[in-house]
Amino acid sequence: MPLAKRIIPCLDVDNGRVVKGVNFVGIRDAGDPVEVAKRYNQQGADEITLLDITATSDKRDTLLHVVEEVASEVFIPLTVGGGVRELQDVHNLLNAGADKISVNSTAVFNPDFIKQASRHFGSQCIVVAIDAKQTQFLARGDKQDRWEIFTHGGRKATGIDAIAWAVKMADYGAGEILLTSMDGDGTKRGYDLKLTKAVSDAVLIPIIASGGVGNLDHLVDGVKLGGADAVLAASIFHFGEYSIQQAKQVMRDAGIEIRL
Amino acid sequence: MQIAVIDLGVGNLTSVKQALTAVAPDCDVVVTSDERVIDSADRVVMPGQGAVGTWFAALHDRKLESVVRSSLANKPMLGICIGMQALFDHCQEDGGIDGLGLFSGSVRHFSHFHSAKDSATKKSNQERLKIPQMGWNQVVHSQDHALWHGIKDQSHFYFVHSFCANISVDADSSMVYGEANYGHDFIAAVGRDNVFAVQFHPEKSHDDGLKLLKNFTQWSG
Repeated sequence: MPLAKRIIPCLDVDNGRVVKGVNFVGIRDAGDPVEVAKRYNQQGADEITLLDITATSDKRDTLLHVVEEVASEVFIPLTVGGGVRELQDVHNLLNAGADKISVNSTAVFNPDFIKQASRHFGSQCIVVAIDAKQTQFLARGDKQDRWEIFTHGGRKATGIDAIAWAVKMADYGAGEILLTSMDGDGTKRGYDLKLTKAVSDAVLIPIIASGGVGNLDHLVDGVKLGGADAVLAASIFHFGEYSIQQAKQVMRDAGIEIRL
Repeated sequence: MQIAVIDLGVGNLTSVKQALTAVAPDCDVVVTSDERVIDSADRVVMPGQGAVGTWFAALHDRKLESVVRSSLANKPMLGICIGMQALFDHCQEDGGIDGLGLFSGSVRHFSHFHSAKDSATKKSNQERLKIPQMGWNQVVHSQDHALWHGIKDQSHFYFVHSFCANISVDADSSMVYGEANYGHDFIAAVGRDNVFAVQFHPEKSHDDGLKLLKNFTQWSG
């Protein structure tokens, strides 16, 4: 009985509302994160991720209220990310009912933040989100695949190698890595399996594959070929194309251990 | 009825409180580090996350060891995660910590059980077990217990941990109520008299977790 692979629907939240569109039959308010999270919970999601993409930091309290409401109705793990800059942000989100906090840009600007946060709150609740794009460091004459990490929602290049970064973050105390392929994101062509496999092989902590899912076979590939411990997707679930149950059935049929 | 959730200032207790409130809306669920409140509560939940050394340091700082020990002796008590590990004799974490000693045995890092075997068989990284164990694993009911009522044997529960109590070496099997496997069999639930403790997080384990918490709120101990 190995540990089940997890299926994680992801909600992008802007100023307290789910964006990128959610279209469930029978849901009264498709923009309400609580309604959407409840629906995924009923469908058997293994975990829910909320990523706050609100541009202005004065709207942080809105997110805390959303987290509080979701956590009072949905009793599965809840990961929350977006705009986490200080230990106090982590503390506030955990107190509001988040179980894991995802940190992206802040980890890049201040890697010690991950050390401090994992020491203070425990590695189990610190997720490092990595946005990576395939690149060729031509100057070095490399022939092998390489990926560079980006911040600010994929807009700013950092020059940092994604694999080396994942290893460093694991050493610094991250409990999990949420790995998004910027090349794949939104394309529906599937995860970047080489990237996922390379990171999964490089670290001992769990990896969540993200970015590019267009059909349920992509989830299977993420686990079987990418070596991911969990697979994250947004739009294929939001628009009712596929339910979480369908995803789980396809994965089980492919021989993957899952929680039905 | 009042349920005290012991607050040591480490980890997220909101989920525990909200889950208990959801299953027992008539109960007064109090998250507290006040010795008197814990002492007068009808039931006590002892959660824990992170490192067991930090947990014990906080227990001592807040001078709560004696009320925890008296609660363990006389009222329905539920330990969760670190709150279960702390009940054993000894934990290997943080250089070695003496536990509360309610259960014989020690708590060790997963790598203690895995590394020798893995290197011997040269497992690829994909087969290598990730640490922490983070996710849903099946729990086998080793024995019946009031807290298992209405929960199917081998149901999935949510685990997040790097240390575990081992079965074959350490445990007195009469205290083991649940087992799970992650590279090797480990203790998922232990119990004795009025105490039940689980390695997984019932507050994060969907319907089966809520059922276990509901059973606890109705258990006479």
